[in-house]
Amino acid sequence: MKEVKINCTLNGKKTSLQAYPMERLLDTLRNQQGLTGTKEGCGEGECGACSVFIDDQLVNSCLVPSLQAQEKKITTIEGLSQNGKKLTKIQKAFLKYGGAQCGICTPGMIMAATELLKRKKNPNKQDIMEALSGNLCRCTGYMKIFESVLKALKMSNT
Amino acid sequence: MKLVGNQKVLRKEGVAKVTGYASYIDDIKMQDMIYGTTIRSTIARGRISAIHFNSKMDWSEFTIVTADDIPGKNAVTLIELDQPFLAKENINHYDEPILLLAHPDRYTLEAAKKFIKIEYDLLPPLFNIDHSVEKKEIIWGDNNVFKCFEIKKGDPSLVWNKAAHIIEGSFETGAQEQLYIENNGMIAVASADKGVTVWGSMQCPYYIHKGLMPLFNLPADQIRVIQTETGGGFGGKEEYPTMLAGHAALLALKSGKPVKMIYSRSEDMAVTTKRHPSQTKIKTAHDKNGKLLAMEIDFTIDGGAYLTLSPVVLSRGTIHAPGPYYCQNTLVRSKAVATNHPPHGAFRGFGAPQSIFALERHLDIAAKKIGITPIEIRKRNFLKKGQTTATGQLIKEDIALDKILDQALKKINYSKKKKQNDKQKGPLLNGVGFATFMHGAGFTGSGEKYLASIVGLRGTSDGKIEVLAGSTEIGQGTNTIFSQIVADKLNLNFEDITVAQPDTANVPNSGPTVASRTCMVVGGLLSTCSEVFRQTLMDSTLLKKKHTKSQFKKAITQYIKKMGEIKVFTEYKQPPGIEWDDKNYRGEAYATYAWAAYAADVTIDLRTYETTVNDFVAVQEVGKVIHPTLAAGQIEGGIAQGIGYAIYEKVVYKDGQVKNNQMTNYIMPTSLDVPPIRVFFIEKNKNHGPFGAKGIGELPMDGPGPAILNAMDDALKNTKKLPLTEIPLLPEDLHGVLEGTPL
Repeated sequence: MKEVKINCTLNGKKTSLQAYPMERLLDTLRNQQGLTGTKEGCGEGECGACSVFIDDQLVNSCLVPSLQAQEKKITTIEGLSQNGKKLTKIQKAFLKYGGAQCGICTPGMIMAATELLKRKKNPNKQDIMEALSGNLCRCTGYMKIFESVLKALKMSNT
Repeated sequence: MKLVGNQKVLRKEGVAKVTGYASYIDDIKMQDMIYGTTIRSTIARGRISAIHFNSKMDWSEFTIVTADDIPGKNAVTLIELDQPFLAKENINHYDEPILLLAHPDRYTLEAAKKFIKIEYDLLPPLFNIDHSVEKKEIIWGDNNVFKCFEIKKGDPSLVWNKAAHIIEGSFETGAQEQLYIENNGMIAVASADKGVTVWGSMQCPYYIHKGLMPLFNLPADQIRVIQTETGGGFGGKEEYPTMLAGHAALLALKSGKPVKMIYSRSEDMAVTTKRHPSQTKIKTAHDKNGKLLAMEIDFTIDGGAYLTLSPVVLSRGTIHAPGPYYCQNTLVRSKAVATNHPPHGAFRGFGAPQSIFALERHLDIAAKKIGITPIEIRKRNFLKKGQTTATGQLIKEDIALDKILDQALKKINYSKKKKQNDKQKGPLLNGVGFATFMHGAGFTGSGEKYLASIVGLRGTSDGKIEVLAGSTEIGQGTNTIFSQIVADKLNLNFEDITVAQPDTANVPNSGPTVASRTCMVVGGLLSTCSEVFRQTLMDSTLLKKKHTKSQFKKAITQYIKKMGEIKVFTEYKQPPGIEWDDKNYRGEAYATYAWAAYAADVTIDLRTYETTVNDFVAVQEVGKVIHPTLAAGQIEGGIAQGIGYAIYEKVVYKDGQVKNNQMTNYIMPTSLDVPPIRVFFIEKNKNHGPFGAKGIGELPMDGPGPAILNAMDDALKNTKKLPLTEIPLLPEDLHGVLEGTPL
């Protein structure tokens, strides 16, 4: 099999990826694009550490063949903060309210929370619990993550 | 602004973590780096008779390491030297490492594994604690026993025939996977002239440092170990990383290239250490009111194939076995035995969750038989100031466990729920239960004295201070609390303190990041070291006794200009009055303890045998809380792991192999499985540690197992199939208990 050229918009920039069609999007992002904020926790779609957006949909990038990025808009954790320059309110809330401990699930968790807030303006706690249930965290027991998302709802966008 | 106790202080490395820029081991690439993997045994016990490399594969592209390539000693340095880095002849557990392979392409490397065939002569394995104790086979030493302890206080044998009640019970706990979300991983560079350097995910850089010296037969200054951002540990990255670091470094030495080894989830779950399974037999004598007259506890843990840290795990489990209760006549006998399971090892709680589960379950059962409540049996026996523990340690602080328990009961609405639950008929059955317990902070007995940990503080030319310690940030907040402590001690800002990356070439050995010791012991050393730092500046006359922040910072800058460097160190000195008799297990087992009462409200669905935890309350006395958000986060996370331990997480072994080594079939709690976890701190007894802080890291692992099982037992109180005596208790296990047949 040969590598193919995959044109996409990656974190707002027109990019062409060079990858085997079935290569995991996770590997292409990490190894070729150096976007290592997307983590591998299980490699089988259970833990959500590799969560990214394809267009506006939340996916586990360990289960997505790179070819599916063709002509799509891909957003990773690095893209949310404009490459670390400006934290989103969810990122600020995770920082302030103890949503991150060891940090390995945090990018995926923040992607999932961001997707929820795009989809639903005023989610309640049950909505949050459901939206994050595909993202495993072993450190926090989730309490401070729920709190971070709830507090983010009340924060202004600036 | 005071920083200690202030929840507004932000996690030191927090921005890097929330933006995805924190650099973990798998995020790091090096020039010419190749990848390594491990070829493992597919039997649990036997001898290697032949190794075949299929000639269809071009092996010239690979670096292959066998036991014969090891330049030094083929043994992982821990307590004993029984575990090889690579098996040469004998196999003692499934998935034991035999060969190492490296190749520039990861996919080729994975494919090559199929082209190696290893033949064995089989020997009969042991997988069961009882069979090991009975010596059905001798698989370790001359009796399969890694270690025994005995704690004796008074004489229980004189009490049995005088007691109003004698209650006996037996309890079991299963293995548990730490399940840090970042798998184990290392990168190594090695050469004959420059020595060995490894980077990786770890809790204890100096354990690895100590382990690599004999492996490569190199002096201390030729081995360098650097911790990269670490995605969780929970004990699972205490001893095991020495093995992986050794493997990566062996491949690096032979190939002459940097070698990266990152375990997949399935490899990590199959081969790395897990919590020790245990069996506990308890016999207690009580007077007619339930007061404890005697306790006899037999505690046995399955250590797996090699000794690793089992004696230390056993020690903590043994000392915690009699719980926070006063009893004049106590006998605890314990054993760690060998089986042909992969070695079990450190996991948050370190033996205590196992023995505490047994005792807290036993007390509920005993109360029922005596005809008193679970509250009464505990309140009549709680340790108090002026009394002694089973090891004879005099309690010098006002514990007030009865108040801690009352608060937990009130918060969970215990008495009201009890009344409501009396009338229920099912199929949904509610129950409430609780456990009371303590957890010793720091190393056991003389452990801290022998460790003799060292920390340092270094001034920088811009007037800031860098913390030098081998203690690792693994999510629990080391960087943040160290900075808070030093900043407050020296009246500086949080931003004035940085924490050096743990690197054995740059930081002193402040001991391993284990045993709930980082805040209390190492934080305490930093507090002292801060005074030394200030005194050094004052002695130089660059700083006056009364000074402002900016004068202090200016003094650092001037000192460096004049003398080149300011760097001070402090070494641990055991406080006077701590006596520990390691032979007889008598004396001050721990410098101090955290005390707690945890309560759970559960529902069991008799149609599906599922248990749901509806509410969880954790009340604990932990001395001073250094960072309220981080501390609560520690407790909440530990409780979620404890909930998993009780009702979700089961390691399934078949013929010594872990069969459910995936997140798909080993079930840890998700966001939908956790109840509200409500944490309450009682800040008193601030006589130890920096600003009065005790250890808290492991405490929350001890309570959930028994609290939840006590609540489940309460929910099922009208069935005749009780008591519940085992964890984990998954729906299929509960079905087995209630219907007599496992599913």
